[in-house]
Amino acid sequence: MAKESSMKNMLITLGGVTLIASALLGCVYALTKGPIDAAMIAKTNSAISSVVPDFDNDPSSDLFKIDLQGKDFKVYPAKKGGEIVGYAIESYASGFGGRISIMVGFDAKGSITNISVLSHTETPGLGDKIEPSKSSFSAQFAGKSPEDFKILVKKDGGDVDAITASTITSRAYCEAVSTAYEVFKKCKEESSKKEVTNE
Amino acid sequence: MEYIIIIISAVFVNNILLSQFLGVCPFLGVSNKVGTAAGMSGAVTFVMAVATLVTYLLQYYVLVPLGIEFMQTVTFIVIIASLVQMVEIILKKISPALYQALGIFLPLITTNCAVLGVAILVVSKEFTFGGDPAMLNMPQAVVFAIANALGFGLAMILFAGLREQLELANVPKEFKGTPIALITAGILALSFMGFAGLV
Amino acid sequence: MSKLNLITKGIIKDNPIFVLLLGMCPTLGTTTSAINGLGMGLATTFVLILSNMVISSISGLIPNKVRIPSYIVVIAAFVTILQLLMQAYTPGLYETLGLFIPLIVVNCIVLGRAEAFASKNPVSDSALDGIGIGLGFTLGLTILGAVRELLGSASLFGIKFINGDGMLVFILAPGAFIALGYLLVVFNKFKSKLSK
Repeated sequence: MAKESSMKNMLITLGGVTLIASALLGCVYALTKGPIDAAMIAKTNSAISSVVPDFDNDPSSDLFKIDLQGKDFKVYPAKKGGEIVGYAIESYASGFGGRISIMVGFDAKGSITNISVLSHTETPGLGDKIEPSKSSFSAQFAGKSPEDFKILVKKDGGDVDAITASTITSRAYCEAVSTAYEVFKKCKEESSKKEVTNE
Repeated sequence: MEYIIIIISAVFVNNILLSQFLGVCPFLGVSNKVGTAAGMSGAVTFVMAVATLVTYLLQYYVLVPLGIEFMQTVTFIVIIASLVQMVEIILKKISPALYQALGIFLPLITTNCAVLGVAILVVSKEFTFGGDPAMLNMPQAVVFAIANALGFGLAMILFAGLREQLELANVPKEFKGTPIALITAGILALSFMGFAGLV
Repeated sequence: MSKLNLITKGIIKDNPIFVLLLGMCPTLGTTTSAINGLGMGLATTFVLILSNMVISSISGLIPNKVRIPSYIVVIAAFVTILQLLMQAYTPGLYETLGLFIPLIVVNCIVLGRAEAFASKNPVSDSALDGIGIGLGFTLGLTILGAVRELLGSASLFGIKFINGDGMLVFILAPGAFIALGYLLVVFNKFKSKLSK
């Protein structure tokens, strides 16, 4: 019962189906954009909570950006009673399989409180050990200050124990942490210069 | 140097078939003879390389600038389907013998999860210079695609060889056919795991 | 064929994984745990039912030569809708299933059913067929996921039984192949017993 397969019919049908499909998708996209963004914010917030000390502000709304060598980095300040108690900084580096995104938590003095992984495409069973639930690799940074604890893998003369057989991933992770620290230092510089107004 | 790492990782460490499970249907269906396996792999390699190139360009020059990344699935598969159609037409004209030999397997490349899978993987791995999204590294993306196709071919041909031997072995009745093929594939995958840690 | 039969045949007689041997990629790739298998099965069933229904209703309008590309566009549209919905409402599962969600487009089961059944049958029957095959697929995925989770992480649906790791190999690639191979043997024995 199908229509005859003339060139005109084929083009019209295929074109029509594609157009209707695209229109439908556009609608669903518009409808779901809100919830999708909300889900991402929830994820960011939970990452922030897991890396910085107790706070009573809303770091997501106090978010500001720091420019380091032409790239923007997101900084989420954590405050208690109006005083800064720490910063959660989103950092990234190019890992073995693509970009590794992490959230590094610093206390007000510059020691690393905790690090959580936001996203990565590293090898399962190897590079994915940067995830806190998969190995204690990321835990070794907790409580350390980058001033005394050199953020480089031991092979490169630093103090970090790399993941076995995942040197590239480990190096990239360290790079991301170091970058976060540079952002932190710039943060402190700028906050002592400018007045932070919020709410 | 990075190219070597990309190739070794795609062919051995993260073999598209034996560790990422993409392309399994033709793997189980086509691989009983080494000759057919080789022919299939050749066709897949070609389609994978070209498809990746086109979808990569589409993603970064059309989808992202227009903010319509959600159209990725639809556009990618349409490109792949059209490419396979073109390959069929060209092959029919240039080499009718090869066209006949590949038979039904040619259109089946469209539904080969490996092709769509690699296209999406390439985009998600963000092949860029120094991790900067603005500077796309197309040669690396193409090398990655071709390397994956080679890994696919390698697994297929190895497996076809194993299956040819299996035909002559004394397999228990219930295991004959697919079950023993799967278990053999598992052991082959196990052996490839030995490559983990190469990079 | 009775309506109930349409659904039940997808579970045993025409089980997509164990009998038709289709959809192997997600079967091996997403069954690292029972919940993941279940989630993937339900997601695929969603696409299966909707695309079956739409394709059944428009198959009369599509010229023969472009039917496969047209079906693919329809399926791809529903897969994208699924992607967006999952990103918004089930972000955890979305991240776990990752690449395999868009790969539902090339899942031979979906296109296969559209071509073999939906294009030749009325909408309601196609919907039931989608439900049946989807259920069979989900069942297979969940069972394989449960087996791998039990052996590989010593837990079931996230509930741990012992305080330690299982045989890790079952969560990794080789274990998937091997577990499926053995499960296939079990299923075949079960099916031949049923038909006696």
